[in-house]
Amino acid sequence: MIFKYDVEGGEFINAGVASSEFKKVLKQLGISPEIIRKVSISMYEAEINMVIHANGGHIEGEITPESIHVLLKDEGPGIKDVDLAMTIGYSTASKTAREMGFGAGMGLPNIKRNSDNLKVSSILGEGTEVEITFQLN
Amino acid sequence: MKIHEIINVLKGELICGEDFLNEEIDYGYSCDLMSDVLAYVQNNVLLLTGLIHPQVIRTAEMLDIRAIVIVRGKKPSDELIEMARIREIVLVRTKHSLFTASGVLFENGLLGEEITHDDIQV
Repeated sequence: MIFKYDVEGGEFINAGVASSEFKKVLKQLGISPEIIRKVSISMYEAEINMVIHANGGHIEGEITPESIHVLLKDEGPGIKDVDLAMTIGYSTASKTAREMGFGAGMGLPNIKRNSDNLKVSSILGEGTEVEITFQLN
Repeated sequence: MKIHEIINVLKGELICGEDFLNEEIDYGYSCDLMSDVLAYVQNNVLLLTGLIHPQVIRTAEMLDIRAIVIVRGKKPSDELIEMARIREIVLVRTKHSLFTASGVLFENGLLGEEITHDDIQV
C-alpha cells in the first residue's frame, strides 16, 4: 500500500499535515503504538525539514507486511555536507523555524535514532531524498 | 496527577479539553524547543511550554501527549485552540513562569521526564 502526500513550502502552519494523515492510516491498520510513535516522530521531523529548508516536496509512505518505508523528495537547495547535517546541534534553519521551536540541529539524528535505516542523498542545487525504513518484525 | 489537580495547583485556566480532566499524567516535560520534545519525550507527559505556535499541537499529536500547559500567561490563537480541540488535547494557561509552574507540579508529585539517551555524557 502506498500513500502519497504533497507538502507545501513555507506553510509553517500546515507543516505536519502529511505526518498526521499517515499516522491515522497506521492506526487504522492496527500497527503497534510503539512503531507508530517512531514513524510519526521521524516523518514529522523530515516533513518539517522539507518545509523549513526545501520549500516543500513530496512524500510517499509504503506499508508492506514486513516494513514501513517513508520516502521524502524535494527540489530544494540540497545539503552541502550530509555528515555535518547528521551532527547533533548543527543547523542552518531560519529564525522563523527557530521561532516555531525547530532548527536545533536535532532532526536528522532523531530520525536515525527512531528508525531502522535512514538514507539521505542530496545534490546541491537539485534537491534531497530522505528514505526512512522501519521493520515491522 | 489527574489533569484537574494540575489545573488546581497551577491556578490555571482551562482553555479546552473539559471532557478529559480525570485523565492521569505521570510525568512532566518543560521546554520551548519542540525539537527537544520530539527527541527526549518517551512517556505519558504533561508538556509545559511558553511557545504558542501551532506546531506545538502537531508535536503533541505525534507523541500522543494528552495535555499542554501554556506558561507566562500567553494566549494561544483560535486556530491553535481549534487544532487542540479536534485532537482531544487538553490546553491550560497559567500565569506562572516555566520554572515556577514546573516546580509547583514537581512539589505536588509530578515526576520529571528523565533524559535516557546513552550518547549524553554528564
